[in-house]
Amino acid sequence: MRPFEYVSAPDVATAVRAISDAPGAKLLGGGTNLVDLMRQDVERPTTVVDISGVPLTGVDELPDGGLRIGALVRNSRLAAHPVVRARFPVLAQALLSGASGQLRNMATVGGNLLQRTRCLYFVDASAACNKREPGSGCDAVGGFHRGGAVLGASEHCIATHPSDMAVALAALDAVVEVESVRGTRRVPLVELHRLPGDTPHRETELEPDELITAVEVPASTAAATSRYRKVRDRASFAFALVSVAAAIDVQDGAVAAVRIALGGVAAKPWRAYEAERVLTGARATEAVFREAAEAELAGAVGLPGNEFKIELARRTIVATLRQLRVEGGAA
Amino acid sequence: MTQAPERVSPPVEPPVVDSGPVVGRPVDRVDGTAKTSGQARYSAEFPYPDITHAALVHADVARGRITTIDSADAEAVDGVLAVITHRNAPKMAEAPKVSLLDLSTMAAGTRVNYLNTDEVHWNGQPVAVVVAETLDAAHAAARLVRVQYEALPAVTDFAAAQGDTKPAKGGMMGAGEAKKGDAEAALATAPVSVDATYTTPPQNHNAIEPHATTAFWDGDELTVHDATQSIDWVRKHLAIRFKVPAAGIRVVATYVGGGFGGKGSVWAGTLLAVLAARVTKRPVRMALTREAVFRTVGGRAPTVQRVALGAGHDGLLTALVHTGVSAVGRTGGNAEPVGSQSQHLYAARSVLIQHRTTELDMLPNTFMRAPGEAVGSFALESAVDELAVELAIDPVELRTRNEPERSPTDGKRFSRQNLARVYADGAERFGWAARDPKPRSMRDGRRLLGWGVATAFHMPIQLPADVSVRLSADGTVLVRSSFHEIGVGAATAQAQITADALGVPLDAVTVEHGDSDQPPAPMAGGSGQTASLAAAVLQACDRIKREALALAGKAPGSPLHGLRPADLRATGGGLFRADVPAGAEHAGETYADILARAGRDHLEARTGSDNRFRSAVGQARFMAGFLNDRRKWVRAAIGAHFCEVAVDEDTGEVRVTRWVGVFDVGRVVNAKTAASQLRGGVVMGIGAALGEETLLDPRTGRIMNPGLGEYHLPVHADVPRIDVSYLDEPDPTAPLGILGIGEVSIVGVAAAVANAVHHATGVRVRDLPVTLDRLL
Repeated sequence: MRPFEYVSAPDVATAVRAISDAPGAKLLGGGTNLVDLMRQDVERPTTVVDISGVPLTGVDELPDGGLRIGALVRNSRLAAHPVVRARFPVLAQALLSGASGQLRNMATVGGNLLQRTRCLYFVDASAACNKREPGSGCDAVGGFHRGGAVLGASEHCIATHPSDMAVALAALDAVVEVESVRGTRRVPLVELHRLPGDTPHRETELEPDELITAVEVPASTAAATSRYRKVRDRASFAFALVSVAAAIDVQDGAVAAVRIALGGVAAKPWRAYEAERVLTGARATEAVFREAAEAELAGAVGLPGNEFKIELARRTIVATLRQLRVEGGAA
Repeated sequence: MTQAPERVSPPVEPPVVDSGPVVGRPVDRVDGTAKTSGQARYSAEFPYPDITHAALVHADVARGRITTIDSADAEAVDGVLAVITHRNAPKMAEAPKVSLLDLSTMAAGTRVNYLNTDEVHWNGQPVAVVVAETLDAAHAAARLVRVQYEALPAVTDFAAAQGDTKPAKGGMMGAGEAKKGDAEAALATAPVSVDATYTTPPQNHNAIEPHATTAFWDGDELTVHDATQSIDWVRKHLAIRFKVPAAGIRVVATYVGGGFGGKGSVWAGTLLAVLAARVTKRPVRMALTREAVFRTVGGRAPTVQRVALGAGHDGLLTALVHTGVSAVGRTGGNAEPVGSQSQHLYAARSVLIQHRTTELDMLPNTFMRAPGEAVGSFALESAVDELAVELAIDPVELRTRNEPERSPTDGKRFSRQNLARVYADGAERFGWAARDPKPRSMRDGRRLLGWGVATAFHMPIQLPADVSVRLSADGTVLVRSSFHEIGVGAATAQAQITADALGVPLDAVTVEHGDSDQPPAPMAGGSGQTASLAAAVLQACDRIKREALALAGKAPGSPLHGLRPADLRATGGGLFRADVPAGAEHAGETYADILARAGRDHLEARTGSDNRFRSAVGQARFMAGFLNDRRKWVRAAIGAHFCEVAVDEDTGEVRVTRWVGVFDVGRVVNAKTAASQLRGGVVMGIGAALGEETLLDPRTGRIMNPGLGEYHLPVHADVPRIDVSYLDEPDPTAPLGILGIGEVSIVGVAAAVANAVHHATGVRVRDLPVTLDRLL
């Protein structure tokens, strides 16, 4: 790890001023990703602004039944929150499927959203990576890319976003609240992360001096019947090959409302709008689920090492919806 | 079923030993409290007042020459004491030529003379060492060392190198080739046959303790705390490389956090810590990062194997072909003897076993738990399952039908022959009779269930071991030997053996180990440490008892007067007449009484010799005896694995849901630690079956997943309850009947899983690991 300046920020104002004053600064929340990457020489911040003491740790119910989650709420605490468990089971399940107990105890909501890809060539400073060193090339395309994207990727980058929580939040229409010296703004979660195009090093719509302060999850009738299904190479402590966050409201055998997002397949939590379009108003049958899954994956492109994820994603979408239909009592 | 084997008579006189009450019991580890309370010190934990820290700089080309090294920025980091490169490093002697007369010549993990050359032989080879006052400074500075290379053409693609192979030289642990009859011809005419190719990927040991060394020079005298399975090899190897007398080198490895073979050889970290200590004249600690372990310590070689089996409709094998190609490094490594178990396991009328290697510009491979058998059994036991399907014979039945009376390739007798028994026991414990052999016939909701079996087979080695045993007048016993406590409970086992041999309570015995100041012990490898030491401990205890008897026999008033060793048993802290009930009046006396009367404060016996010449003669004599013994007997630990897998019909995810392993490992010394070790082998095998794969980029030869995040060992949630049992019958040809249990239980595990996956899904996976994409 290279030497860096360390600033401890007691509040939001100090934190945003510190990252505004120091280009190349990085925010330290739980440190579960940043510290690893600093050790691997992938992240080389000049200044580390420690925000772990900033009081953004509330989980508050909103008047309309939604939820406001402070950016520094630890993943394990959010997963255990009774309102999350009761009204947004997909979020609790997504959180608990991520990392390990120790990591979830440290990791924060804001940090989880801004964690970096686990692409093997991104985390190895000796490899070519357009995300780490723009213009250097992408060793993953011709190398190991089991974790790589099949949706929205480019020849410049096939990295995936590794978060589970963000996939659930994408399905729940969450909105991210962002603070900087210029003031406050709100960004829909599905618009927070960018697809790589020819600028894979620009991963989010945030400016370098912006701080995520909260995530708001609106009330939703479908969310009560929701589920996160994560498919991975071992039973725990592995990133998703494919994951599906889904919420569905079936009335009289027809889909009244549905939200689906996919993880492990793109540089961002992939909201499955095409699948939702096919499903909405249609009969909640296996055939329709399959049709929806086909529609969503129609534009997917695989490489030799990750092509299986296209079929896996289809199957996982169908399996998750099928299970929700059973759980929702609409079978 | 074959007939019961003829009775095997022991080739040696049984030692004078009373099979007492401690051996076999589930005794708690003698060092359990020290370990769980953090008192037990590992090699990176020995405090020195002026300790320094070292970090490695790794090459990032597969083959080439260093053209420039710029270490100015690294040297400028606060606290950096030295940046050692090939330009300024002291000369080390080359690694010695391998000689069978001195096994320590095999110690070098590679032939590379680190920092004494500008040549790079693999992607990850250390090219510089940074020494600093703090660990952080060392690692920060290591990132700042800039190295330029002239890259040279390199062969780093194992799959592409299959066209360039040559016959294996010797092979690891001495397993060679075998030929009996014309197996290819028999195969061609066999009524039923299978013939398939199986592959296994490179794997790494991933012991919980990364390799670490603390080294300190005092003039030409050297103290090294090293995470090693091979104290004696480290000592002798360092003496050669640094051109100092071995007598001046002390190697300490009191506790080692797992080895699995990865700490059997001497690797760069150990050598370079010692080198750095020489340069800085300070104690140096080199605690390798997990990544550095992957880049500098060899793992298990990838293999491509062919197994072909021919049989009659009765299932009796007429042909068995098992050939394999494994990768070795250009600077070292050995063939994976994948056909090792195939020489002995099944009664085939014709057999062909061949090992070939292909040389890659990569870090040489090394021993990893059951070299050969662990991956060879995947191919063999998968093929047997495929044959069972072809024949429509139950796979348990097919194996027991082919249990040989004598080793099919060389006609040797088996010291034990219980394959049919362990399968029968396992089938009952598992409920195998309820299996519907049809694939996809069993399910649990949306999960397809499958049941699979496979055979475990491993031949433990035995090596000469020296111990000293000291019996004090107060009845306590001190056992000393520089053996290795790598987490298996070795000290506990030797305390139990000693307690029974001398007839003293377990808590009267103290065992000191892991220090070259103690009598030399062999490496902890080949599943041989416990039995090797037991032979020496029994011999030393026997001498003590004879000496005690001689002392007592001189005293006219002693109840032992005039008795011979055969008349006695060691019990109750002394020697007592075997023909008289325990506790009877005048039946014998305690060691304390014997020693007090004789005016002695202790008796001591040491096996082996301090004298170098006599020691060499002793070792040669031992090896001759051992090899002679091997010529007569196949002495193997065996087992039967039964497992259930559940495969998600939608996603192909495989989870192991049930395991039964029944083993024949001879006598079990400690029921608790033995079960743990057998269970651990199954866990490691599940890892190989479902997740483990070192991702070596074929374009660069670089390991791309050098960490536990992306190298997928099983986590707790991947491991079901594992039902382990064993026959617990002493092997008549082994010391105390102990066969050794370190490796056998990993053998066959991957095949059992793959066979169960086939039963569940109808898909035959012949390439490890069995990942879900192969089942979609």
